[in-house]
Amino acid sequence: MRGATILKASDDKTRQLNKHTLYIQANAQLYSMRNETDLSPTALAHYVRGQLATSLRSRKPYNVNLLLGGVDPITHKPSLFWLDYLAALAPVPYAAHGYAQYYCLSILDKHHHPDMTLVQGIKVLEMCTDELKRRLPIDFKGMIVKAVTKDGIRDIEFNDDKVVKCP
Amino acid sequence: MSRRYDSRTTIFSPEGRLYQVEYALEAISHAGTAIGILAKDGIVLAAERKVTSKLLEQDTKPTRSPPGGFHKCKSADPASNMICAVAGMTSDANILINFARQSAQRYLLTYNEDIPCEQLVRKLCDLKQGYTQHGGLRPFGVSFIYAGWDPQRQFQLYLSNPSGNYGGWKATSAGANKASADSLLKQDYKEDCTLKEACGMAVKVLSKTMDSTKLSSEKIEFATVGQTADGKIYQRLWSADEITTLLKEHDLAKDASAEDK
Repeated sequence: MRGATILKASDDKTRQLNKHTLYIQANAQLYSMRNETDLSPTALAHYVRGQLATSLRSRKPYNVNLLLGGVDPITHKPSLFWLDYLAALAPVPYAAHGYAQYYCLSILDKHHHPDMTLVQGIKVLEMCTDELKRRLPIDFKGMIVKAVTKDGIRDIEFNDDKVVKCP
Repeated sequence: MSRRYDSRTTIFSPEGRLYQVEYALEAISHAGTAIGILAKDGIVLAAERKVTSKLLEQDTKPTRSPPGGFHKCKSADPASNMICAVAGMTSDANILINFARQSAQRYLLTYNEDIPCEQLVRKLCDLKQGYTQHGGLRPFGVSFIYAGWDPQRQFQLYLSNPSGNYGGWKATSAGANKASADSLLKQDYKEDCTLKEACGMAVKVLSKTMDSTKLSSEKIEFATVGQTADGKIYQRLWSADEITTLLKEHDLAKDASAEDK
């Protein structure tokens, strides 16, 4: 441990939006029940943006940044959305939030290409975490990695114990 | 004695019927015929326009019949991805179409994509159903035939009536002579017919159900939903000239000499 701040390693920050509960989740679920189809990622992203924009102009706005990933139930096209607490929404090929983005975005910019596979994507992710291990001032304890595919969401094993030495 | 159950929509008669709803259906059966046919590459809506008086201003645009008229047919577009034909009271239809447009726009605002066809139809039918159950108000005297496209179910054709029931159809009709139009459609309908064939079928059925055997562009309205070669969905309300051309193609047009008489 090098820093005074520690992130809880086991905190899962991801949420599956067409399952489980809480406000957005509940509404997405309600939509699925009413209409016998799931919302598309695009539709859901715009819905979340709308909710966030409403909340932003209220007394107690939500203070949260989101990355929304999904696969369209009809076209099976994957998509990723970047959404910040000011309710700015953008469809993006790769994204990062928080302090880590200052380390990761340049790597993603260099190594991402439009037709890469999931396996290649995980390799680039590994490059990002290696960089974080090298440079992040707080103790970096690893990642929870999940993949959204047309067949659903699955957890992906990720080696957090890999030792990265500074060159 | 049946009077006792007539005046309110909320009350079942001893035979288990809702008279006001049935009267609304009866009102629709006096309206001009409207038919819809689903083809593999599109949908055609055709409607009879009842010309009540020579003096009545005929709209240059084929989309709108004179406002407030009883038993008029008209095509209107509730959302950008749907169109509908109306049989019944135009004034009632205007209210419902306005509601449908608002619903569709609200969905677009929330989700940034077009409302799926069935959802819009269901929204309208929920509103229609409300008047069969509470309020002591008159039900909406309109049947709609909806034609639309959405990415999940592609081309779709729906029919709804004052009771708030709706159903998806391959070919259907509303208004006067519904029974004979339906049986003609049943006879003529071919699975996997093209939009062009469906248009032909539509004029043929209309010519048989309407009082006059020879048709003219003033008496009918046509609208189609289709797909362009590059996959874009379009909807088109036909001009008088296009209708005349179609009628001539099927030898149903009124000839010029007869018109002079």
